[in-house]
Amino acid sequence: MSGSGNLMDFLDEPFPDVGTYEDFHTIDWLREKSRDTDRHRKITSRSKESVWEFIKGLLDAWSGWVVMLLIGLLAGTLAGVIDLAVDWMTDLKEGICLSAFWYSHEQCCWTSSETTFEDRDKCPLWQKWSELLVNRSEGASAYILNYLLYVLWALLFAFLAVSLVRVFAPYACGSGIPEIKTILSGFIIRGYLGKWTLLTKTVTLVLVVSSGLSLGKEGPLVHVACCCGNFFSSLFSKYSKNEGKRREVLSAAAAAGVSVAFGAPIGGVLFSLEEVSYYFPLKTLWRSFFAALVAAFTLRSINPFGNSRLVLFYVEYHTPWYMAELFPFILLGVFGGLWGTLFIRCNIAWCRRRKTTRLGKYPVLEVIVVTAITAIVAYPNPYTRQSTSELISELFNDCGALESSQLCDYINDPNMTRPVDDIPDRPAGRGVYTAIWQLALALVFKIVITIFTFGMKIPSGLFIPSMAVGAMAGRMVGIGVEQLAYHHHDWIIFRNWCRPGADCVTPGLYAMVGAAACLGGVTRMTVSLVVIMFELTGGLEYIVPLMAAAVTSKWVADAFGKEGIYEAHIHLNGYPFLDVKDEFTHRTLATDVMRPRRGEPPLSVLTQDSMTVEDVETLIKETDYNGFPVVVSRDSERLIGFAQRRELILAIKNARQRQEGIVSNSIMYFTEDPPELPANSPQPLKLRRVLNLSPFTVTDHTPMETVVDIFRKLGLRQCLVTRSGRLLGIITKKDVLRHMAQMANQDPESIMFN
Amino acid sequence: MATPWGGLPRLGASLSLSCLALAVLLLVRTAAAAKNSEDVRCKCICPPYKDIPGHIYNRNISQKDCDCLHVVELMSVREPDIEAYCLRCECKYEERSSVTIKVTIIIYLSILGLLLLYMVYLTLVEPILKRRLFGHSQLIQSDDDVGDHQPFANAHDVLARSRSRANVLNKVEYAQQRWKLQVQEQRKSVFDRHVVLS
Repeated sequence: MSGSGNLMDFLDEPFPDVGTYEDFHTIDWLREKSRDTDRHRKITSRSKESVWEFIKGLLDAWSGWVVMLLIGLLAGTLAGVIDLAVDWMTDLKEGICLSAFWYSHEQCCWTSSETTFEDRDKCPLWQKWSELLVNRSEGASAYILNYLLYVLWALLFAFLAVSLVRVFAPYACGSGIPEIKTILSGFIIRGYLGKWTLLTKTVTLVLVVSSGLSLGKEGPLVHVACCCGNFFSSLFSKYSKNEGKRREVLSAAAAAGVSVAFGAPIGGVLFSLEEVSYYFPLKTLWRSFFAALVAAFTLRSINPFGNSRLVLFYVEYHTPWYMAELFPFILLGVFGGLWGTLFIRCNIAWCRRRKTTRLGKYPVLEVIVVTAITAIVAYPNPYTRQSTSELISELFNDCGALESSQLCDYINDPNMTRPVDDIPDRPAGRGVYTAIWQLALALVFKIVITIFTFGMKIPSGLFIPSMAVGAMAGRMVGIGVEQLAYHHHDWIIFRNWCRPGADCVTPGLYAMVGAAACLGGVTRMTVSLVVIMFELTGGLEYIVPLMAAAVTSKWVADAFGKEGIYEAHIHLNGYPFLDVKDEFTHRTLATDVMRPRRGEPPLSVLTQDSMTVEDVETLIKETDYNGFPVVVSRDSERLIGFAQRRELILAIKNARQRQEGIVSNSIMYFTEDPPELPANSPQPLKLRRVLNLSPFTVTDHTPMETVVDIFRKLGLRQCLVTRSGRLLGIITKKDVLRHMAQMANQDPESIMFN
Repeated sequence: MATPWGGLPRLGASLSLSCLALAVLLLVRTAAAAKNSEDVRCKCICPPYKDIPGHIYNRNISQKDCDCLHVVELMSVREPDIEAYCLRCECKYEERSSVTIKVTIIIYLSILGLLLLYMVYLTLVEPILKRRLFGHSQLIQSDDDVGDHQPFANAHDVLARSRSRANVLNKVEYAQQRWKLQVQEQRKSVFDRHVVLS
């Protein structure tokens, strides 16, 4: 690596800022790894000297666990604060609690003894705005006033959110997961995980979810948790100075984020492994699990939902399912896959329009218009008026005798004496039919509006809207199957498992399966999705239906396009992300991709001891390459090493300021000993420190398959191409990505031999 | 990503984060101690049965006593029907922490209020103050800020001006201007050129 063999180089003064990276550049994974190994070796060798050094060694080893603990605590606290604040502010759109303004509707009526069986939600302490302002709670004027105030509150929240994002932290908008995926693969985006982004994202996330827009908070919670991870890792020099180690911490923080979003620690770790992280060594697996557990425990001790559950839609029924029901489950999977494809295509088209046309110049106006449309259309339908989490909770729940929602308005047998949770299938009452067409309208509305909402300049996630779409579709299918089984219990398929008077079909299970299918269709998660869903529901018996739906939806969606929503957004923004899931099956060679191609100017190289400082400075100024290969001489182009542009600039600047006698005519050399120079030439400049003596090289006949594999597995930024020891050209990561994109549009059988 | 100076924005961010840290301590402590009599309840829901209408009963009772016999008022139910009625009732024990809710909402609203005030100051008040202090000479300064009506448009100028002096107040202002430049860069790449975040 860079000059670590020579004692003289160690005694040289280290250059400032060497080893840090510029914004929007990729890190050098191998160098970060070797720096960490050096640091660890130094600490281990020092720890044998004295007790104090030994203690410092122990502290260094334990600092990883301390960071995980802190991340878990802060992520859990922030998630608790967000949940409580969202709960309150969502209800603020409809009314206010008179006894204590900080209570939401449910909390306000918690101690009240005036709730009746028919009107479980009403209590005198909590009043709607129409009751408060004009003292009327029924009638057309009250409805219109409530409607108007609902829309006004929604607009106010959305406007505040977009203004805060615009003024304080523009990086706080969007979901965050595509950018975090890119950052974890080695890209640097300065400020994306900063303190102001953390603060702004937390505050505006509450505002945006409360305004009733069709978005969720799970993706932004991953971003918030990664910001916490970045903050704590900057307190310890082991992580703050090493970008590779920092990304291990960020992987674990992402797991903690999903863990508090869903109340699913194991699902969070698997999500981090499957979706977000690039390199996931086993050490990170254990630490992620610890961070996720600490976060879940902190959230539970804050207890936002008043009954020791972590998530709003935790269901606990254990009714069995039957093999014949796999057919509707697979149909739901197909629906999920189709919806996922539709959503990804439409959303990317709309985002591309926002990027390229005049629509992108009015972000604040766009947010306000979409909020107005959402609020105006959502209010009349009771299923869209309530918050999406409550909707999902209602759809997942089974109908016992005690439910009062419209979905459970079945025709009861008044003389029935069965205990509460074993109610057999009943015919649907009028309320259920009303609920079905309201749900159908709500489904269409949600499908359309989420396309326009995801990607606006506010924090927005899409887990909850996808689950809502799936849950609505699933519940409708479930009610359909249930009524079919009741009215036609003498058909062959129902006769075996569905006797009259037995509890056959659970529509809530269909809602869960539908939610899993739609979420899988959009994000293309597999194992992590199933684990999250069964940690959400607590029902191990439902793994097989969930898996069937998830697998079906992934197959159907993959038939139309290989990318999930996050990869699609990465491609839309052009981030340099080399996906580990893409397979490269074309038969091109390294010589087809390397630069310079035929007709291009020759490669800009540095020689090992025949260029002056002025020559190098001119070369750096005229080109914008990130690095230059160093060869023996222009005649024999044998490769010595590779020098990074940033380090050359800093080294030359430092040398001009600090070293004696360095002028523009000084020879710059990269060898151990200075070259032979005439007597009165100026002091030569030794820059062996900035030279990477072991750059990766491939020969020109290396297949591109191998080259892409090397780039992926080692996280390279560039790779040099040689033939019999002579330097031919260079392949950068951008060249690889462009080549892969080009190949994807062409027939894979066509062979490109120059 | 760690700026070398303290600075007002970093101070503000650290202040908010320490508020949140305080919130953690408060919340965990109050969550453990919130056995306020108002904060526990046993909720029994009984559906209608024969001629008895449906009813909801709330009482604060300990968890072991949370069942139909202790909570439901069985005065109006006839002797032979009590067992059937109670079988259909569902009783659940619930706990909450009202202090946690109150503290959280008030902390959140105060942070939101502070941010809104600071935003109003930055976007409306500060340009007016600067214009009064520095006069019109500033408006001709840099070409690419012409027509830039966004906040922090004068960050470049103040940065250049304040680099010469070196006391604490100017260090704070210097750091604040650096932060404003960073945010302006971010805003350009996100909102104007649409390079990052579509």
